[in-house]
Order: sequence, then structure tokens, then C-alpha cells
Amino acid sequence: MLELLQGPLLISILAGMVRIATPLLFSAMGELVTQRAGIWNISVEGTMLLGAVVAYVVASTTGSPWLALLAAVLACALISLIMSFVTIVLKAEQFVAGLALNLLASGLTLFWFQTYVIGREPPKFAGFDQVDIPLLSDIPFLGSILFSQRLLTYVAFLLPVAVWFFLYRTKYGLEIRCVGENPKALDVKGLSVGWRQCLAIMFGSLMSGFGGAFLMLGYSDRFVPDLIAGRGWLVVVAIIAGNWMPFRVVGAIFIFALLEAVAIHAQVVGVSIPHHFFLILPYVASLVLLAGLRSRTHQPEALGVPYSRE
Amino acid sequence: MVRPVVVEELLKVQNLTKRFGAVAANDGVSLDVRKGEIHCLFGENGAGKSTLSACLYGYYRADSGEIVFKGKTAELNSPADALRLGIGMVHQHFVLVSNFTVLENIIVGSSDVGVFLNKSEARRKVVALCQECGIDIDLDREIWQLSVGEQQWVEILKALYFGAELLILDEPTAVLTPQQSDQLFRIISGMRSRGLSIILISHKLREVMQSDRVTILRKGKVVATVETAGSTAEAITALMVGHKVTKHVRDRTVTPAGDFLSVRNVCAKGDWAEDVLKDVSFDIAKHEVLGLAGVAGNGQKELFEVLMGVRAASSGGFSLDGEAIVAPTSREMLDRGVGFVPDDRFREGLIPEFGTAENLVLGWQRAPEYRRGPFLDRRKLGVLARKKIEEFKVVTASAELPVERLSGGNAQRVILAREFLHARGLLLANQPTRGLDVAASEFVYEKILEKRAAGFAVLLASEELDDLLRLCDRIAVIFKGRIMGIVRPEETSLLDLGMMMAGDAKEPERTVQ
Repeated sequence: MLELLQGPLLISILAGMVRIATPLLFSAMGELVTQRAGIWNISVEGTMLLGAVVAYVVASTTGSPWLALLAAVLACALISLIMSFVTIVLKAEQFVAGLALNLLASGLTLFWFQTYVIGREPPKFAGFDQVDIPLLSDIPFLGSILFSQRLLTYVAFLLPVAVWFFLYRTKYGLEIRCVGENPKALDVKGLSVGWRQCLAIMFGSLMSGFGGAFLMLGYSDRFVPDLIAGRGWLVVVAIIAGNWMPFRVVGAIFIFALLEAVAIHAQVVGVSIPHHFFLILPYVASLVLLAGLRSRTHQPEALGVPYSRE
Repeated sequence: MVRPVVVEELLKVQNLTKRFGAVAANDGVSLDVRKGEIHCLFGENGAGKSTLSACLYGYYRADSGEIVFKGKTAELNSPADALRLGIGMVHQHFVLVSNFTVLENIIVGSSDVGVFLNKSEARRKVVALCQECGIDIDLDREIWQLSVGEQQWVEILKALYFGAELLILDEPTAVLTPQQSDQLFRIISGMRSRGLSIILISHKLREVMQSDRVTILRKGKVVATVETAGSTAEAITALMVGHKVTKHVRDRTVTPAGDFLSVRNVCAKGDWAEDVLKDVSFDIAKHEVLGLAGVAGNGQKELFEVLMGVRAASSGGFSLDGEAIVAPTSREMLDRGVGFVPDDRFREGLIPEFGTAENLVLGWQRAPEYRRGPFLDRRKLGVLARKKIEEFKVVTASAELPVERLSGGNAQRVILAREFLHARGLLLANQPTRGLDVAASEFVYEKILEKRAAGFAVLLASEELDDLLRLCDRIAVIFKGRIMGIVRPEETSLLDLGMMMAGDAKEPERTVQ
């Protein structure tokens, strides 16, 4: 157990944490904006999977990871229109709509995987490259943890600041939060609740697209159907555990990411405890976090309640 | 009173009709509102006041008729249209974001704050509005920290910020203490002297009499528009109801005797583990109605729940007819003959999807008289329902019609019928007349007084102080979970009650037991 704390290994674990946190940060910040607009969109898992699949297909046919990223993000934005239509126009139960999207995504993926992927020569494709930031990456210890990552990781780490600024310092952020708390308050002033929710859902899906595409293109070289492996659900948990506040959500994500990084390294080092135990750590942690943090003081009051006049 | 010869009309409604299915909620309504006047819309529930105001601020579209605002025909397709023209609405249920600050609530959705929320400019504008109207409020407090009265000011400020020249107030004092109401009327008068017009929807006579003119609605039609100064409260009421109403008062020849319910030092926690009841003690005798006055949300609901065995007291307890009740369950309280009329009719008093017959035996469905073997005796239930429907004058198509389709007054009659059928000795009624019109309220009061005459002890919580004063033998005032004092109606005044409801304790010697 103690060997995990040795210098080089510790650096490796922390660098791994940063890498693992990247897709979670994308999805969580997107979903946070969606939920602050009052939409309980639990289709994060399915949307990330869709992003990963599209990224895989485009990357392996065109060879360009950036084109793949673009396609993945567009596909996720497009699929979000289904969620918007069902929850905003038809005013269906948001939880059920989200579940349905998840099932649809995993079902279609499996079908596609068995038909077009299994038994064929896996295509070669290029993922994202590591980008060392000049000077900063030379800092001992911190440099290799924080500044020798993929480009998208840097974006992901700036994202919470941007989302916080948007929500709390801009007119549109105030309107989005108003929609999540009491949509009627905005409606009576003549502004559309539906459009704002639609855009918030789209932003959330778009970010999940980034997350899924990063999982595919950042470090994997082949597609497996359980690539997302519950990370979309962890994101939903992180938002609740983070009490709907951007930086607390980030904190929850770091805990998950650290535990997963430890699990991976424990496997490599060969700790005497079965590695399956380590693999379940993030999920156990999510349960513990949920049970322990019962304060939901910042939960948007109208979260999950379809808005209609009267 | 000298009136100017030329009266400037701000709003003119001509022949407005709005139907819902076959029912005309507004039938050929015409009225006019002058610049700088307080115009009251007065009528019973279902008279069409709310529908009319909904048409005026663009929530509903009138089927026919014309709304002229500032000399131009107004096309009102949404509340936003009305707001743009200068018609603002203050809803009975506030439309505020509870964890936004006052300022944020006012400016959200406004186009002149800039993308990066330039609050200082907006703040100057709001502060100026506050000074003009005499509103004193901290703009940086969040809504949940404000009293209900202050929340209402925020609603008014919201409308004024958006440039409203006509403000519609829907039952604005329903949730206020008498003092808060007075403050509200001072603010409204201030607005009037600035040339703003106010439409005040109310069914309280005291408020109607403070307006300049009153338009009385009955069954969707305008009965009359009168100058308040040239009329009397009695005349206006008669116009509203269409006939004289007998206001029931307690029979003073019957005097309470022998304590029946004794509550001692009851403390209890609320749903969020906060202290909602603090050291509550009182007695109710047989033949006595004890009123419970207080602004909603001061522990009334929890007190009723403790007495009904639905919420556990954290300390203290109560006894019924001399017998201490230990760790009661609702089943036990029912079996002991306690009748309970909860404040939320359709959520706690009835099962909305069930018919009158089934609702009448709720809680007693296992009693042998309603059963045939293990099954409910449908035939007996039907007979019972028809009898009670007739006795309590419930207007329903059949005993099987889901009660959710009944009006508030009729739903309340079903609850009363059930509780009066099974109660023996103690009746707990929390806000039994909330949302009911004059006639329906009087029916409820009549039935409660019948029980008093029959020897029941009655606990009656209400926000209608005038009613408590004429019905109750004594009135307890509750504030933040504490009984501020217990007074006799003949020895108190509305002002006294209002002070106590706002937290002024009575000196102990004036508290009667």
C-alpha cells in the first residue's frame, strides 16, 4: 500500500487524476448549467457514449481527431433536441425521458458495435497529442502533473471559472438561474422560458459530447461498448454532492478522479488487495458522498418540474 | 367631495366576455378606471374577478369585447404585452425567486442592465422608486429573509420598475397581518397621489371601503359601479351577494364548562428539524370554540398535526377528557373521536380521485357498519353518501364523481360531513374557510357552532380575524410557534390581535385561561 506514495508514482497518480477528471469536468459543467435551468437531464451517460461513438467513426475514417471532436459535439447538440422536444414541448417527465435516451444510446451502440466493429481489423486512428506548456511544464512535480496534458484538459480546467462567471456575473446567467428557481418569474416579464431551457439542454449535451469524445480520443486506441463505464452517472452524483455550486462540483469530481487514478496505479504496482476493490472505489465514494452530504440548499427549486402556465 | 370636471380615463373595458366551455366567467363586463384612482373589484368566489384581471394583464384572451388603454385599443396576447403597455400585476401567490436578492428579482429579465449585470445603475433607479412610494427595504437581502409584507413590496417594485401605470393587486392582504395591510394601503395611496391607478381585487369589506370606486361583480356580470364615499358597507355587500347574508355568531347563553382538551408545554420540530412549536399550552372546554389566530406558517399546521398524532411532540403533551395521551397515532386519535379538518383540502383532507361516497368513510373504511364481510358495502356507502349530500347541500353530479371535480366549497362540505359523522367531542379545524366565499364560509361556521352547542370542544384556526371575533369564546394568538396570549373577543380589538400576530406578547395578567 505504501509504495503508492513514492515520489514518481505519486506524480503519476496525480497526473492521472487530472487526465481522468477532464471528461468529467466537461460533462459536469454542461449538466450543471442544464440543471440550473431546471432541467433534470440524466442522459449524460448516453450522450457521452454517443459522442464517443461518433468521435471513433469520424476519427477512423478521416484520421483527424479535431474533425472527430467537431462531429461528436454536433451530434450531441443535435440529439439534445429530442430531449428538449420531449421535456419542454411535450412536458414529459424529465427523468423518464433521460432514462429513455440512455437506453437508446446504449442499445444503438451495441447494435452498431456488433455489426460493424467486432471481428474486423481495428482501424488505426490518431488521438489528441500531449501539449507541454513551455516553462510551466518544467516546474518540478507540478509541471508534469498539470502542464503536460492534452489541450482539452487545459480547456476543461478553465471551464468551471467560465461557467461560474456566466451563472453569477452575466444577465443571461441570472435568467438561466431564474428559470431553474421560478420560471414563472421570467415568463411574466415576457421572456421565453422554453428557449432558455432548450439552449441550456443543448449546452449540456454539447459539453457531454466533449467529454465523450475526449474519453475516446484522449487516451484510448480502440472502442469498447462500456467506454463510459458509469462516468455520466458520476457526473450527476457530483452535481448533487457539490450542491449545484460550480467549484464544489469540481471538488467532488476531483475526489472521484483521484480514487480512479489510485485504482489504476494499484493494479499496475500490484498491491496485495484485489484490484477490483480499487475499481469500485469511485462508485462507493459517490454513495458515501450522497449519503453524507444531505444539504441541498442550492438545488434549483423548479428542478425537474415541467413548466406550463397554470 | 369635489371631483374634477374632466376625468381622465386610463383603462376602459367594453363588453368583455370570456367563456370556459359553456360557462361564461365574464359576461359583457364593462368598466373604466381613471388615472390616479384606486378601483376595487369586489365579488364572491367565482364572480369573475380573477378572470377579468387575467384578461387585463394578458394571461387570458377575451372571447369578445374591447380593452382600451390610454385611448388605444390594447392587443393583449401575453403578460409581457400588458407590461410593455404599462399594466402590471401583483399576484396573490408571489412570483419571486426566493434565493435571489431583492434587486436581482427586480432586474432579472430587464433589458437595460447590460450583459455583465450593471447593478449600480439599476440600484439607483430602484432606490428612487422606493423613495417615491415610501417603501423601506434592503435591496441586498434575499427574498426568503423577508416578511411576507416586504415580499409584496418587491412585487410592486418589480411592476413599477418595468414602468407600470396601472397596477392590479389580486387579494393583496390575504397573507398579511392587519399592520402590514395598513402599510400596504399607505403605499398604495402614495402611488395614487403620484398619478398611478390601482385595481384592487378583494373580498374584504374593510379594504373595499378604502378605495375610490368599487365595481361589484356577481356571476360574471357587473352589478354596479359605485363611488365608495357615497355608499355603505351593507349596501355593497347586498349588491355582491344579491340577498342578505346571515352572519352567524356564537350563542352566548351556552357557556363553556369542564376542560376537555388540555395542552401542556408542547414543543415540536418542523420538517427541517427547526423548532416550530415552543412551549404551547392551552385548554379547551366543552361547549367552547378556541380561535387560533396567526399569519399562516407560524406553527398552526404543526400544532394540528401534533394533536392529530401525525407529528411527534419533542416534549410536553396533552390530555383528552382528563386522560393523558401518550405517543398518539392518528388511528388512536380517530378512535378517540377527534374530528380533523386540515387546511389543505385536496392534499390532506380528501383523495381527489375518489368519489364523495368513498371520501366519506376515509379512515373508517374498516368499521363494521361500512363492510360486508371483508368487502366495502357499496350499497350502504351509496345510501350514506346520498343522505350526506342532501344534508350538507353538496353540489355534485353523483356520489361517485371524483371530488377533484368539485368546487372548493363543496369539497369542504364533504370533509365536514365525514368529520362530523365520526367525531365525538373534539373538532380540530385548520383554516376551514380558506378560499371559500361568504355563503360557503357561513355554512361552515354554522356547522361548527352546531357542534359547539352539542358540547364539542373546537379548535378553529383562521386568518379571518373578524370571523374569529364573532365565533370564538377565546382567541389564542400564535407567532413563531409560541402562544403570544389568549384573549376574549369582547376584551380585545383587531389592533391588539394584529400586534400579537406580529410578535408582541400580551402582558400575562391580560391573558385569560
